[in-house]
Amino acid sequence: MYTQKVMEHFKNPHNMGEIPDADGVGTVGNPVCGDLMTIYIKVKDNHLVDIKFKTYGCGSAIATSSMITDLAMGKTLEEAMKITRGNVADALEGLPPVKMHCSNLAADALHAAIEDYYKKQKAKQEAKQ
Amino acid sequence: MDHAAGKPVDPRVIDAMLPYMRTNYGNPSSLHTCGQEARKALEEARTKIAKLINAEKKETIVFTSGATESNNLAIKGVANRYKDRGNRILTSSVEHMSVVNSCKYMTTRGFEAIFLPVDQYGFLSLDALEKELTDKTVLVTIVYANGEIGTIEPIREISKIVHRKSVFLHVDATAACGQVPIDVKDEGIDLLTISSNDMYGPRGVGALYMKEGIRLEPQLHGGGQERGLRSGTENVVGIVGFAKATEIAKQETEASGKRLIKLRDHFIEGLTKPIPYAFVNGHPTRRLPDNVSVRYSFIEGESMLLSLDLEGVSVSSGSACAAKTLEPSHVLLALGLKHEEAHGSLMFTLGRQSTVEDVNYVIGLMPGIVKRLRAMSPLTPKELNG
Repeated sequence: MYTQKVMEHFKNPHNMGEIPDADGVGTVGNPVCGDLMTIYIKVKDNHLVDIKFKTYGCGSAIATSSMITDLAMGKTLEEAMKITRGNVADALEGLPPVKMHCSNLAADALHAAIEDYYKKQKAKQEAKQ
Repeated sequence: MDHAAGKPVDPRVIDAMLPYMRTNYGNPSSLHTCGQEARKALEEARTKIAKLINAEKKETIVFTSGATESNNLAIKGVANRYKDRGNRILTSSVEHMSVVNSCKYMTTRGFEAIFLPVDQYGFLSLDALEKELTDKTVLVTIVYANGEIGTIEPIREISKIVHRKSVFLHVDATAACGQVPIDVKDEGIDLLTISSNDMYGPRGVGALYMKEGIRLEPQLHGGGQERGLRSGTENVVGIVGFAKATEIAKQETEASGKRLIKLRDHFIEGLTKPIPYAFVNGHPTRRLPDNVSVRYSFIEGESMLLSLDLEGVSVSSGSACAAKTLEPSHVLLALGLKHEEAHGSLMFTLGRQSTVEDVNYVIGLMPGIVKRLRAMSPLTPKELNG
């Protein structure tokens, strides 16, 4: 049912873990639905210099989380915001149709983390003024 | 470890079936010798199956294409035939989908379907049954033992309550048949569904027992086979295999049940005791000998299923993520489990070939799998990952 690529990322997920002093954190999903993802980011000179994830969910939830960290690592924030759910699924050589919506949340989690970063930056600037 | 989903056909069953594919391929409706030999085999098979469940006579057995058809025939057939008696069908909230959806279908035909609650173990609420059993009730349909959680329902007590009124009791014994002895007379069952593959017979064959005197509205119309209740040329080769499987089950149920119960209890203990936040689903002892249903907090079932599959172990999960729908198993939710608890469920079903080595292999794998997935999960409490 899953592609070999999905299984590789499921078996050996990349960048799993937390960043304690993350610059942005994004959480999407709901344990009631069976999927919950948190993405942590570190930002330097407008680039994503570190990304980590923690995921509760099925095989495809774990694989998409792992894949998004690969796709976004080193990218500018603007480039990362352009990564779509479709890009993640394509990079995994496809997901089963039933999984396309429910567990393909990694792009949303990344975007939420970047938005959190922007919000924190804004708050910092306002505090300075 | 997923025998509820499919069982191998017993080699003795295959041997019994082969002649009916090669040489004795007659149609039981034909009057010539070849046809009459097939008729004889068919009627002998009917006798063997009637004996397994202690039915009063062989004519009470109607052959079908399997448990789904038997359940459909029983529910739609009785409800439609006796609709002048009432329009209420009572069932439980831990039924197989073929019962659930047959009952739901009848609500589009002017019937009312009531899904009675169960307790935390999956036992039917007898109070609710008594309360809902009105004069309008025509049929009560209850599973003998649910295949997902293994809980064996108190059929005798249910029967006593149901038969205080002139209401029929249908019991779906698909998962239970061949595992525990079933006696339709002693237990007061009016209609009973049984299936061949669940007893190591071929797929695509099943039967419906219907007590003498009960009438049904047929669901398949045609040449009038099975006394007009189920048209279509009889699947003689499948039925012969089904009967052989039944015969073997009758001889071996007691011994294999005892062995499996020991193995099951060892398995449940090994899967839950060494791991924190691990629980058994269903009742600890009043459950089918083959059924081991457990759940682990903070992680999701499909990811456990995939991890076990990578180690060569096939299991089922109650999680929505392992199913075609986006809802976790209705059976697990009926026990009062939260969605996230149901998502963390795994169901193992043992078989005749399962050994203590197989079980110990899985017991050895599970702590590592749970630990790895918990380390990944944002729901896991910090102290568990320390």
